[in-house]
Amino acid sequence: MKVLTANRLSDGIAVWYAAGGWAETVGHADIAYDKTAEDRLEAIGAAAAANNEVVDVNIIDVAIVDGLVEPVRLREKIRAAGPTIRTDLGKQASPQPARAA
Amino acid sequence: MYRYDEFDQDFVHARVAEFSDQVQRRLAGEITEDQFRPLRLMNGVYLQLHAYMLRIAVPYGTLNSRQLRMLAHIARKYDKGYGHFTTRQNIQFNWPALSDIPAILADLASVEMHAIQTSGNCIRNVTADHFAGAAADEVADPRPYAEILRQWSSVHPEFSYLPRKFKIAVTGAERDRAAIQTHDIGLHLKKNAAGELGFAVYVGGGQGRTPMVARKIRDFLPEAELLSYCTAILRVYNLYGRRDNKFKARIKILVHETGVEEITRQVEAEWQALKDAELKLPEADIQAINAYFAPPALVSRPEGDDAVKRARLDSKSFSEWLDQNVVTHRHPDYAAVTISLKGIGEVPGDATDSQMEAVADIAEKYAFDELRVSHEQNLILPHVARADLKAVYDALVEIGLATANSNLISDIISCPGLDYCALATARSIPVAQEISRRFASLERQREIGELKLKISGCINACGHHHVGHIGILGVEKKGTELYQVTLGGSADENTSVGEIIGRGFSSEEITDAIEQIVDTYLGLRLNPDERFIDAYRRVGPAPFKEALYAGETKAA
Repeated sequence: MKVLTANRLSDGIAVWYAAGGWAETVGHADIAYDKTAEDRLEAIGAAAAANNEVVDVNIIDVAIVDGLVEPVRLREKIRAAGPTIRTDLGKQASPQPARAA
Repeated sequence: MYRYDEFDQDFVHARVAEFSDQVQRRLAGEITEDQFRPLRLMNGVYLQLHAYMLRIAVPYGTLNSRQLRMLAHIARKYDKGYGHFTTRQNIQFNWPALSDIPAILADLASVEMHAIQTSGNCIRNVTADHFAGAAADEVADPRPYAEILRQWSSVHPEFSYLPRKFKIAVTGAERDRAAIQTHDIGLHLKKNAAGELGFAVYVGGGQGRTPMVARKIRDFLPEAELLSYCTAILRVYNLYGRRDNKFKARIKILVHETGVEEITRQVEAEWQALKDAELKLPEADIQAINAYFAPPALVSRPEGDDAVKRARLDSKSFSEWLDQNVVTHRHPDYAAVTISLKGIGEVPGDATDSQMEAVADIAEKYAFDELRVSHEQNLILPHVARADLKAVYDALVEIGLATANSNLISDIISCPGLDYCALATARSIPVAQEISRRFASLERQREIGELKLKISGCINACGHHHVGHIGILGVEKKGTELYQVTLGGSADENTSVGEIIGRGFSSEEITDAIEQIVDTYLGLRLNPDERFIDAYRRVGPAPFKEALYAGETKAA
C-alpha cells in the first residue's frame, strides 16, 4: 500500500497526491494497492516534478489507521505530522479533517 | 567587530541580486531542480522534511545587537518565531518559503550578513573560540585571522568545487574552546620563543562516519604566511582528495590514506613555491584587520567585586549562575557570560524572536553591543562589567535564559535530528530533552561536574557525538530508533574520539542508560574534582560496560 509524496516547490511544504492534486495532509492521499497503480503515481510524480510543481518526489509505504492514511516509517510519520517536539507546528497544529463516511 | 567595506557590501548585494534572479527563474520553471540545487546550496538553502531550511553565516560566531534583532525579525516575519543556533556558530531557520528567500537575504545584507558558503563543497564559515578577545588565557584574538581566512575563501575560484566541504577553526588560547582538532584545518594561534605570532597547524580532523583527530603538520607557521600555507594545504587536497566516493572525500581520509609524513611533505613542497610571494600577508593588512577587532574601551569598574559579593548573598540562584555561566575576563573588572540556550527540557540551541530581541537589548546596554554564538549552541556576552552581572542575570531570568548549566550534563549539544532533518535516521532533540529533565536538579548536575553530552541523529555527526564525554548516536534499526552510546570523547586540546560501549538502547531505555553511566562515574571517581572524562581515561570502559550490560550476560 503506497502513496505519492513530495515537497511543494514554492514553499517546500510536504504534500501528498490526492484526488488529482497535491494535498497538505496525508489522510486522504490516493493509495496504490498494486504495481500498476504505483506506476501511475510514479508517472504523476515525475510529471509534477518536470512541471516544477514539486520537488523530492517519493513513493512511500502507508497503512490505514482509523480510516485515514498513515505512513509506516517514522520519518514519514514525522513529515506528515510535524516535529514531535513542537506539536504546535506542522500539519498536526491544525486539526485534520475526518474522512468522509 | 569587522565592518563591511565597500567591496564586501557590493559583493553581498550582487550575490543577493544574482540568487534572487535564480530563485525567480526556478519558481518560473526556467531552470530545473537539478540545475538549481547546487545554486541554492551555495546560498545556504536546504530542503528538509517539512520545508526549506536557510542556514545563515555568523562569521566566527560574532554578532552585534542590530544583527541579532534582524535575525529576530526574520524569525517573526518569514519563519515560525524561532531560530536554531548550530554547532558551526551559525543560525538556521526551519520554515522559510523559497519565494521569501530573496527578501530574507536582502534584509540580511542590510545588516552585513549573508548565507554564502554555509553549504556545498567549499570552505565553510570559519569558526573561532567564542571567548575570543575576552579570554584571560588568550595569546591574541583569533578572529582577525578568521576574518582574513573568510575574505580569502569567499568565492575563491580555485576552492569553490572541492572534493567535499572544508571547515577551518581558529583558537588563540592553549585551552581549546573551538574544537580545532575536529576540523579539516585547525589553527592554534600562539607565540614562539622570540615572541612572534604564528600558528600550530593541524590537518585532517573531522567527525561523520569516519571520525578522526587532526594531525599537527607544523608547530609554528609565521602569521604572515597564513594564506600561503592554507593555500598549499587546499591545493594538495584539491589535487589528491578523492572524488570517486563521497564518503571518502574529506581531507581526513586523504591524510589517513597518504600518511601524515607524506602529506606534510607535499604541503611543505607546495608551500615552498608559494611562501614569500603574493599571498604573504603585509603587516599593514594584518594591522588593518586587527583594528576592526580592537577591544571595546573597558573602563575601570572596581565596584564590581562588592556588587557581586552582595548579590551573591542575596540570591542563591544568582550565585549558582555566577559559578557556572560566568568566566574570567582578561580585564579584572569584567567577565564573559554564557547565556544558556539549554533550559531544562527545552530544545538545545533554539531561541524565540522575543528572546533574541531581549538578548540584543542586554548586549547593547551591558555588553558593548557584542555577542557570540558558541559551537556548543549557546550565546555569549563576551564583555560584561562585573558590576552589571546582577542586572544582566535579572534580565535573563525575565526571558527564561538564566539556566545555570554551562558545561554541565544538561548543556547538551544536539543536532535537529529526525524532527527536522532529511538526512537523520533518528530523533535527537527528544532524547536531549528527556535527559535534561532527568537531571533537572542543578544540585545534582553540579555534583556530577563538567560533563559534555552530545547527541547526533545520524552518522553525519552534526551533534558532535564522537567527541562528547558521553556521545549518543541515533540510528534506525528494524524500523525503530536505536541509540548507540560512546564514552571518552572530547573536543578540547586533548581531543579524543569516544568508544562505542556496547549494544544500543531503545528510546525508552536511553535515559536510564545515561543515568547508569553517570552513577557509575560518581561511584568510581577519586574525588569530586576528577571530571567524568578524566575518570574514564583512568579506568577505561570496563566498569561502565559492567554497569550497563552485566545483568544481560548473567541472564544469557
